[in-house]
Amino acid sequence: MRGAFLALGLMLAGLLPAHGFEVEEEASFAAPGPEVAVLRVLSTTDTQIMAPVIAGFQAVNRGITIHYTVANSQQVQAAIVTDGAAYDLVISSAMDLQMQLANDGFALPWQSERTTALPGWARWQDTLFAFAQEPVVLIAARSVFDGLAPPRTRRELTALLRDYPERFRGRIGTYDPERSGAGYLFATQDARLSDTFWRLAEVMGGLEPVLYDSTAPMINDLKAGRLVLAYNVLGSYAAPRLAGDDSTMLIELEDHTLTLLRTALIPRAARSPVLGGTFLDYLLGPSGRALIASEAGLPPIDEAALAAQPHLRPIRLDPGLLVYLDALKRRAFLEEWRAALIQP
Amino acid sequence: MKRTGAISLRKRLVLQLLALAAALAVLLYVTVRTVAGDAAEETLDGVLGAATLAIADELRGGEDGVSIDLPHEAFSILGSISQDRIFYRIAVGEVTVTGYDDLPAPARKLGSGLASPVFYTLPYRQTQVRVAAVERVVLADNAPVAVTVMVAQTRTGQDTIAARVANRAAGLGLGVFALAAILSMITAGSVLRPIDRLAEAVGRRGPRDLRSVDHPSPAELVPLITALNGFIARLRAALTRTETFITEAAHHIRTPLATVRAKAEIALRRAETEEARDTLRAVIRSVEESARSASQLLDHATVVYRSDRLAREPVDLGKLVAGVAQSFAPTAELKDLAIRTQGLEAAVTVTGDRLLLESALRNLMDNAVKYSPPDEEILISLEVVDGLARVAVSDRGRGLSGVNQAELTRRFARGGNVRDIVGSGLGLTIVDEVTAAHGGRLDLSEHAEGGTCAALFLPLG
Repeated sequence: MRGAFLALGLMLAGLLPAHGFEVEEEASFAAPGPEVAVLRVLSTTDTQIMAPVIAGFQAVNRGITIHYTVANSQQVQAAIVTDGAAYDLVISSAMDLQMQLANDGFALPWQSERTTALPGWARWQDTLFAFAQEPVVLIAARSVFDGLAPPRTRRELTALLRDYPERFRGRIGTYDPERSGAGYLFATQDARLSDTFWRLAEVMGGLEPVLYDSTAPMINDLKAGRLVLAYNVLGSYAAPRLAGDDSTMLIELEDHTLTLLRTALIPRAARSPVLGGTFLDYLLGPSGRALIASEAGLPPIDEAALAAQPHLRPIRLDPGLLVYLDALKRRAFLEEWRAALIQP
Repeated sequence: MKRTGAISLRKRLVLQLLALAAALAVLLYVTVRTVAGDAAEETLDGVLGAATLAIADELRGGEDGVSIDLPHEAFSILGSISQDRIFYRIAVGEVTVTGYDDLPAPARKLGSGLASPVFYTLPYRQTQVRVAAVERVVLADNAPVAVTVMVAQTRTGQDTIAARVANRAAGLGLGVFALAAILSMITAGSVLRPIDRLAEAVGRRGPRDLRSVDHPSPAELVPLITALNGFIARLRAALTRTETFITEAAHHIRTPLATVRAKAEIALRRAETEEARDTLRAVIRSVEESARSASQLLDHATVVYRSDRLAREPVDLGKLVAGVAQSFAPTAELKDLAIRTQGLEAAVTVTGDRLLLESALRNLMDNAVKYSPPDEEILISLEVVDGLARVAVSDRGRGLSGVNQAELTRRFARGGNVRDIVGSGLGLTIVDEVTAAHGGRLDLSEHAEGGTCAALFLPLG
């Protein structure tokens, strides 16, 4: 069934008008009933992940056709700021860019029973709302800890890398913050939360790390044995890939584990903002949450889960995120990062 | 005086107190709002200024020109105080080093060195922002450069605080108003209660109670009471004068009338022509009528006068009735009327004024004798019915001919079937007033077989 939708969607994609920004994927989910409205969603989340949630939404709202466009976070930003593209909802994991959109006035306020029920840390004003909380984890090949206890903190990890450099040399993977927005966000937040990050970065830098610009190849290389350690990987992507693979393990470091909030906002240029809001409310509602958890594999916003796991630190959804988007700040941070990680 | 001009004191008092309370509530609301609004702005300005200074502290010079490492905390703290949008700009002159390059610079020149931030409010990106600006001089490539740091913040947080404060202030104002409303009702009630009490005390008085008012009252009401008492005293004096006048007039009339009658009777006996005798009989009849009227006027005046200060002594009704019956025996005999008594042996005692009661009974007997045809019987009975003493005088006369009791007990009112009989129309009035003064009542009824039954009901005691 889902396949049929996708096929139809991908066919339709060719008919859509050209964009001024780069689109990775476009899909159309026709309304199951007689079409009364069209909802346009711009997202960084793959169609495949969101399709079950969209199907669930359409089961309730049978008259709504959904155009789902996927682009990377920079292109999403460009679409809204530069093109003023008319999407009714923007979903992105790039919290800092979403924050900038909201702060700079590109988002419309939306207030509903669902949004006001969100905890304070999961929304900003009435414009930016988180619907998933995803831990940023360490993944490793089990064999590399042979005879050793797996690290539980960055301090232990640093010590491990120092003590057994030969096991890790050339086989550590992490994001390149210069090329990856997510990598930059994780690195800056790590640096903000603890000083041990810089020590870890320096030690990693001495071990010839491999730099990636997305999560998937890192996971692939770990599974293929080319890597023994990948630092700062999105848990929600890694967990299903590593499930049932006993040679690998997923570690949530106990000193702090960054938790990314996947957020949504209704752009000011939306043609039908109410429709965008309706879809947002569905994402935040009980059936949407259930589908996000079971089908999309993303942990929905859950304050109790955070309380039970105190090491999970949601990245603060506040204008503090804007600081690292500052050009001077970015340049300074990346210089420091390069100095630490790229050693001659 | 126009009646519509007389608004009730209570209403006036309550309205004025409510108006005062409303004015105070509004004043309270405005004050709280203003003060809280200012305080909120000052607090938020303080935080905004501190953030701006923290950013300015990170300004660095150097060979490459001005650089800055934006402190995350500065923004984060602004974000934690309120969820407001933040804009910033770091500029050398008009050239933006970093930040939002369309953020306007302050209108006036900033002091360099360690000067405190300057605050200004302006429209920016379809909203109002509050800007804190500060200037610092750094050495860039060995030359001093003045750098301006501007941090802007929308003030929805302040608006939220202001709205919340306004709601509370409005609640407070309403509360104060409601409390004041209740208190003003209570106040009006307590202030006006003495007046109500006085009015009630005066209103409760019987129609002939002309004692002076000595109700305990606040000083403000004393002039009113004094005036009222003066009025009552004048009224009482006038009334007394009237009664005295009537009494004296009756006396002055009765005595010469008795003389006229005596002379007329002598003249009648001596009269020789039938015509002269007829004339004299008419004279005697008129004189009799006048004498009776005078006597009854006297009785009435006595009743009116005495009912104000009723003697309260035990009166044995049996004896009283017997005495009255006795006194009417000669008159009755003239008309061949038999007076029969019933129940007089029983000891029935009432508390009251013997003189007045006797006068009432005499009037009843007088009526009975007057209106009874010859050779009939008058029955006087005394009994106790439902805790009341009942004295009834029954005759076989012409009855009431349908005229009701209220009509008959009016002063100078007479029945419609009595034109041929001498009467003043005061008899039943006197009876009625006496029984009323004693807390009893008069009951007039007609026998089915003809004749009237007049019954007095008097409380025992």
